[in-house]
Amino acid sequence: MRTSSRRGRVLSAAALAAVTALGMAACGGGDDDAGAAAPGGKVKLIVDTFGEFGYEQLAQDYMAANPNITVEIRGKGMTLDKYSPQLTQQLATGKGAGDVVAIEEGIMIEYKANPKNFVDLNQFGAAELKDNFLPWKWEAGLSADKAQVIGLGTDVGGMAMCYRKDLFSKAGLPTARDEVSALWPTWADYISTGQRFAAGNTGAAFVDSGTGIYNTILLQEAGKATGYTYYDTAEKLVVETNPVVKAAFDQTAQVIGAGLSGKYPQWSPEWTTAFKQAKFATIACPAWMTGVIEGNAGPSAKGKWDIARIPGEGGNWGGSHLAVPTQGKHHKEAYALAKFLTSKDGLIAAFKAKGTLPASAQALDDPAVKEYKNAYFSDAPVGAIFGEGAKALKPVYMGPKNQAIRTEVENAITQIDQGKADAAKGWQNAVANAKKAAAK
Amino acid sequence: MTLQTDAGPPAAGAAPDAGAGPPPRPPATHRPGRTWPARLDIKASPYLYVAPFFVLFGIFGAFPLVYTAWVSLHDWDLIAQDPQFVGLANYQALLRDPDFWNSVVNTLGIFVLATVPQLLLALWLANTLNRTMRARTFFRMSALVPNITSTAAVAIIFNQIFSTDFGLVNWALGFTGLENVNWHSERYLGWVAVSTMVNWRWIGYNALIFLAAMQAVPRDLYESASIDGAGRARQFWSITVPMLKPTLVFCIIVSTIGNLQLFTEPLLFSSGASSIRGGAEREVQTITMYMYENAFAPYYNFGYGSAVAWMLFLLIVLIAIANALVTRRISGEGKR
Repeated sequence: MRTSSRRGRVLSAAALAAVTALGMAACGGGDDDAGAAAPGGKVKLIVDTFGEFGYEQLAQDYMAANPNITVEIRGKGMTLDKYSPQLTQQLATGKGAGDVVAIEEGIMIEYKANPKNFVDLNQFGAAELKDNFLPWKWEAGLSADKAQVIGLGTDVGGMAMCYRKDLFSKAGLPTARDEVSALWPTWADYISTGQRFAAGNTGAAFVDSGTGIYNTILLQEAGKATGYTYYDTAEKLVVETNPVVKAAFDQTAQVIGAGLSGKYPQWSPEWTTAFKQAKFATIACPAWMTGVIEGNAGPSAKGKWDIARIPGEGGNWGGSHLAVPTQGKHHKEAYALAKFLTSKDGLIAAFKAKGTLPASAQALDDPAVKEYKNAYFSDAPVGAIFGEGAKALKPVYMGPKNQAIRTEVENAITQIDQGKADAAKGWQNAVANAKKAAAK
Repeated sequence: MTLQTDAGPPAAGAAPDAGAGPPPRPPATHRPGRTWPARLDIKASPYLYVAPFFVLFGIFGAFPLVYTAWVSLHDWDLIAQDPQFVGLANYQALLRDPDFWNSVVNTLGIFVLATVPQLLLALWLANTLNRTMRARTFFRMSALVPNITSTAAVAIIFNQIFSTDFGLVNWALGFTGLENVNWHSERYLGWVAVSTMVNWRWIGYNALIFLAAMQAVPRDLYESASIDGAGRARQFWSITVPMLKPTLVFCIIVSTIGNLQLFTEPLLFSSGASSIRGGAEREVQTITMYMYENAFAPYYNFGYGSAVAWMLFLLIVLIAIANALVTRRISGEGKR
């Protein structure tokens, strides 16, 4: 009697355990009711963003000018890899997304394949805004067949090289930004400068990690040559055959091979700590990265950083669009707000607030941007440094699984960085895993 | 003991036991004065009383379970409009997917490293706390402190402790002349680091449960044992542990479920741009992380992710059954 009842208890406990487990594994979350009319007949608009968009003051201005509208900005400081899965879930469930949502360029491609999730902004006359934006940025906001306007451009990355003056001077290198720019017209020069830096025994690495360098070179080379990276414009996977990818990979492996990498994986806590302790001297920085550096290195490093031109030519990394999800209740009002935020004045205000480089040629040419100096970066004229390259950019086409494939290739580079694979083995891994990712 | 004879050998335990069925009903007494609402009350009320649990379970337990199975039979892009029925194709692909098996091995490895030391240390801690000592309540309460700390906070702190260049562990190892160890890029080291987090959090919790059970053990058993000349260790293994068996079974099952579903600790341990992979070579990626990677970012392949969820379910069932068999055998031996 006792044995069997105990057996029953154990088995039922096991069954309950299993069921509970699956129940927990299957549960997800979606919550608040976006787009509901606020009391008093006012329309409430929610703007979903990530990182730093610099919209706080703009939202106040908009509410002052439109008394029937309240604007809430969500997601300040949220990381991109938390923000985009959340947005995708909200789009999939048809509930919870903001009335206006920010979409990063790498994620934009996946949404383009399913444009029905977003309102076609043409119906509100978005076509007339075309000339306000850099031509390639406008293109990037269109659906795959170019018939629908999904998003209006907010910012572009631009590209420069941020460096620490104190470490450069310790290693006996010049510190003035023009002299530093002259050190590295090409990436080969960048490596030889790195070797000079390493000979100075500063106790710091020359560059933070391999992946930042890789993404920079890849987008530079693609802009210069093929105009695409992992997929060609017919959406065929070309990661193995596109010379641009291989060239960027090999160049990065050389930087690592020369012992210049600090091996701090980007966005990890170690990376943050390395900023604070001045453990590396240079980092490839798109305009939005200046805000990240300031946040990570902290106020005590003010005036120790400066910005030089990037080795190689131009290039762009990152940047976003604002789109209006179909699930919202106030499409027209949401469009008006998105239009305001991406207008010339809106873009300039965001740039002054958080350093996001305007996606509009007019805004880039505006004295307010051109002559803007960043006090944290030793009064570097950031508007001029980044703006110059951004205007000359050619669009780089990105295919459907761009994000997943990029992750695979970046991880192959991290393996080389950690000494777990040599360049040849790393390239094999990159290609094999990228193919697998594309097939999923 | 003659109690065992009717149950037969444990291996052939299928023979139904007369006593295991429902207790015999009391004879029905039809009293003339009883009306139909009263009879309905007797018949229906018990079901109504238990209904809230089953309704909630149906909505939040059974429905997601079945729906997940349904989704797993489709090629289901999370934001695409119409999913295609593909039958068992997701499962076929999954069984041939080395990354999936990698996550299974990681999960089992971390499971062993986290469960076994956790329960042994908890048992030891409970035994220590069960002795007469000063400030007993203080020590007992502080055993629970790690458990009420938020998982995210624990993971972030341990991530710092196991940091390659700036971590406390490598700093301490430095005194023994060891070079900096990269806890993130070596698979087994990663397992150790993640299990340490889990163990730190759950040892105190299990210890308190064991402690509660220990206090229910009759004192006279120990008294008679010491009269017979049994030492502390002998008393522990021959009295305490056997008396704790139902509690042990509970703790083993609960930590099995918890550790097979490990997510937050390894995720935050491998933070960086693609932390859901658990490192550049998927060093500490668990099954739940692999499920998330496929169902959500960066693949948004809901069907494949659901198939992973069901495989995890099957794995937990298998291990729960194995657990049940092993613990039953141990209990059987303990009685003889």
